[in-house]
Amino acid sequence: MLISNDSRLSFEKSREGRRGALLPTDRLAKAARLPEKLMRQHAPAFPEISEPEAMRHFVNLSRKNFSIDTHFYPLGSCTMKYNPKVNEWAARHRKFASLHPLQPVSTVQGMMQVMVELEQGLMTIAGMDRFTLQPAAGAHGELTGLMLVHAYHAARGDHHRRKVLVPDSSHGTNPATAALVGYEVVQMKSNDRGRLSVEELEKHLDDNVACLMLTNPNTLGLFEEDILEVAKRVHAKGGLLYYDGANLNALLGIARPGDMGFDIVHINLHKTFSTPHGGGGPGSGPVGVKKHLIPFLPHPLVEKKGDQYVFSQRSPQSIGRVKAFHGNAGTLLRAFVYMRSLGLEGIKKTGRDAVLNANYVRVKLRDAFKPAVDEPCMHEFVLTLKPEQASPFSAGSAHAGQSLHASDIGKRILDYGFHAPTVHFPLVVPDAIMIEPTESESLETLDSFIEAMKAIAEEIRTTPEKILQAPYDLPIRRPNEVLAARKPILTYRDYLREKADSPQPRAHSLV
Amino acid sequence: MHYHPVTSEDEKIILKAAGVSSFDDLIKGIPASLRYPKLDLPPGMSEMEVQNLIREFGKKNLSTKTVSSFLGAGSYEHFVPSVVFEIIARSEFLTAYTPYQPEASQGTLQAVFEYQSLIAELTGLDVSNASHYDGATSLAEACLLAARHTGRSGILVASTVHPDYREVLQTYLSAASFGLKIFGHTSGLAFNRAELEKAVNDGIAAVVIQSPNYFGTVEDLTGLADFLHERGVLLIISGNPLSMGAIKPPGEWGADIAVGEGQPLGIPMSFGGPYLGYFAVAREFMRKIPGRIAGLTEDSKGNRAFVLTLQAREQHIRREKALSNICTNQALCALAATVYMTLMGKEGIREVSEINMDRASYLREKISQVKGYKVDLNQPIFNEFVVVADKPFAQIEAELLKKNIFAGVALEKDYPEMKNAFLVCATETKSKEDLDAFVYALAQC
Amino acid sequence: MNFPENLKYTKTHEWISVSGNSAKVGITEYAQKEISDVVFVELPKVGFAAQKEKGAAVVESVKAAFDIYAPASGKVTSVNKELESNPGLVNQDSYGIGWFFELELTNVAELGSLMSAKDYAAHIQSAAH
Repeated sequence: MLISNDSRLSFEKSREGRRGALLPTDRLAKAARLPEKLMRQHAPAFPEISEPEAMRHFVNLSRKNFSIDTHFYPLGSCTMKYNPKVNEWAARHRKFASLHPLQPVSTVQGMMQVMVELEQGLMTIAGMDRFTLQPAAGAHGELTGLMLVHAYHAARGDHHRRKVLVPDSSHGTNPATAALVGYEVVQMKSNDRGRLSVEELEKHLDDNVACLMLTNPNTLGLFEEDILEVAKRVHAKGGLLYYDGANLNALLGIARPGDMGFDIVHINLHKTFSTPHGGGGPGSGPVGVKKHLIPFLPHPLVEKKGDQYVFSQRSPQSIGRVKAFHGNAGTLLRAFVYMRSLGLEGIKKTGRDAVLNANYVRVKLRDAFKPAVDEPCMHEFVLTLKPEQASPFSAGSAHAGQSLHASDIGKRILDYGFHAPTVHFPLVVPDAIMIEPTESESLETLDSFIEAMKAIAEEIRTTPEKILQAPYDLPIRRPNEVLAARKPILTYRDYLREKADSPQPRAHSLV
Repeated sequence: MHYHPVTSEDEKIILKAAGVSSFDDLIKGIPASLRYPKLDLPPGMSEMEVQNLIREFGKKNLSTKTVSSFLGAGSYEHFVPSVVFEIIARSEFLTAYTPYQPEASQGTLQAVFEYQSLIAELTGLDVSNASHYDGATSLAEACLLAARHTGRSGILVASTVHPDYREVLQTYLSAASFGLKIFGHTSGLAFNRAELEKAVNDGIAAVVIQSPNYFGTVEDLTGLADFLHERGVLLIISGNPLSMGAIKPPGEWGADIAVGEGQPLGIPMSFGGPYLGYFAVAREFMRKIPGRIAGLTEDSKGNRAFVLTLQAREQHIRREKALSNICTNQALCALAATVYMTLMGKEGIREVSEINMDRASYLREKISQVKGYKVDLNQPIFNEFVVVADKPFAQIEAELLKKNIFAGVALEKDYPEMKNAFLVCATETKSKEDLDAFVYALAQC
Repeated sequence: MNFPENLKYTKTHEWISVSGNSAKVGITEYAQKEISDVVFVELPKVGFAAQKEKGAAVVESVKAAFDIYAPASGKVTSVNKELESNPGLVNQDSYGIGWFFELELTNVAELGSLMSAKDYAAHIQSAAH
């Protein structure tokens, strides 16, 4: 076999006396050891394996992953575009990777220039007046943004503004973040074209609204056509508009949130600006604002003074720090390299191709499945199941009465060699399947994906039970998440304690 | 465009398939006044040109690879084995998404499980999550957990906790309407126990201590956990994980929550990020742990499988004040730490901790013999310590920079009473020659 | 679906079984089906002062957590310890061994506003449309 089926942990490969790394043996101080009461009493039970074993262990683990470099990843809302390797070359460069955050400012002018020029690029792309580069992720950027909203209204004595409006199609992080900052979240209904209407806005808009949080295009991949009127009305009532930048890829070169009337914007560099997802982070979530919010931005900001790059003086109204040091500099550098590589024409082509590719897949699948809203989309679109697909089992069959769900389709597409699209989001569409191809994919790849989806649609019609048990061709199938939550085994120690009931690991074997 | 496969031919095919005559037909819903803004961006570049550009920027940086650096204060220069870089550069790890589809992500999930196991071992606690953005945000999450658990809203924080961390706490806690109170330290650069004990009352959810603290002191926490637990208060210890190879970890002090910065575990300094906030708790808090967490289970064929678990709390919004915020983790950084800790192994993690203590101890002893500088030889340290000079640190910093040395981090800015004081760090990356050269340069000032 | 006649019901899908001044509380079959596999139940402490229509317990499934509200006010006198090791009992037998906690009622008059099995069944029906 090519991919090892060894499922042992490094701990289970451990043998006393093996070393994975050596260290200098010289000692200089006469007595460095501390009083016994300050010393560790029980050694940590780390594994003991050699370097070649460690290398094989981790390389083989990596081979059990899907990734952008190996598979097409049409995950709606995630923008799984290609991660350019020159970005990695830059981030690993000794002149950047080994910079200490507290070095004298005169010794890091190059890095600070990168940060200032990145900020300028983000400002023009998003149409905003200043950015903080401190937030470490999208959700972190949202939290920062809502703290800015809070600080802005508090400074004006507007303490009665306790409501944040969100559309029912919004991402789960929006209400959670708003609630943390002490706001009451009010959900507004999407209309039958999947959008926020001015009528619906008016039902909830009053002087108690602190802000409206929107993403545009929305999570259905549809442009909020009434945005200018929406912005006008929210502002007239003294509220602010917050832009969730998750879908910014659709707008590159086409339109700007700043022009639409948004006061605060967060950008996901790990989505729009190609920095790698790394299996779940790190990311970076710079937050951009219009002039009236600049005084509240987190401190410090980086700026150019004369011909020197400096950290700004602390603004008395700043919300403070949201992270230690300056932000995810390594990620910021990657985004800067990407932005400079693309340049003006590349940025414009990105938004355009993202929209083109999404519409191509959309029209080719509109008959195989049911479109949530049957209209041209921006960079992503949502499908759902036709009634006969959701209930495909005939009365006499073994699975009579069972439903098929979007998650089952997601599992089956893995067998065809594609990562699943986003499933069961947004919640306003039952059994939602959200597809975002991005601009990085060729028509040939899209055609293969379309064929696979059509084949699955056919399988639903003729052999639906096959979908229920998918996937078939992967190292594991349908893990028991209920068991994992009922009897959590979260460390190797937990496993040793529960050993009798847990599945035994398998060393590389032919079975 | 080398990142964009779509050709002008392809565009024609797409528009035809979509049944429209031009691209603008696809975006006709966008108000005309918004369409096609003028962007102030330079033209694109080939890879070769971009590399040259980055090299030009790089020339304006002085890196710690060419300068002898004694900077610490929350970010540390350590030797990272080549295997770490090889593994985090693997496409399948680097360009993978969050493991929401477990069948497609067993690599990431098992690596996270091993990370959790290693952090639990290192901190001496029972459960670890998959990480937070950095030590500061991890600490903020710990305080929120303590408030959730105890139903109290006051947090007592030692003045010896990293100034940036205290600022982040202030920002987070005031957003959630919790109260932060600082208690001071002694002239011995350790937290003031008497002051702390007086400040504890039944409105306090938790006490935050950093050890080794910002001044490098390894704190004596004997009896503290018991004292606090008797009063229904939780003990949160924020600490450098590398120190725990040889020095007493939070679990052995009876801490409820251990948090801190995982950067020393195989992650480059990168001008301050991306880093790694670790978060470990005693067993009783397992179901309240924020963020992502991987668990071991079995699949439909009875094979071992890893999944994200205990996710319900992430989405749960209670009617009263919501006390959870969605947290992504720092998967790739956690992977670097996992590989580092695995390579170090049981013996190595203790040894690297001991070498750090050795280098710092030797350096401090040597500096104590130089006229014009004072150190406290009684202060128990890991790899950092305070030096007080007889002249402003800015002078010393400038002098030593001319000799290609980063002398240390100034303390007066954050601690105005500590005139002419600076923080010096010596890790295993410093040889005897490096240390002696530093001492010599100080003596020349 | 089964809604035993001898129980009273809330709009939020809890049931309460009353005998004199003491009562037993759990969630309905409809609720356990909606929640699907229960992975954890956070029960109140014995002695907790439950208040009518205020949160008293939390039920977790794999993907979500749900607040359980006290049907009536009272002091919690005992909790179902079996749920700690076997939360699936809630799915298995939501009216019997899957019970949550017992109360010593402080205001029996509150029971008057609760629904009968018939009214609850109708409530489910209308909610579905």
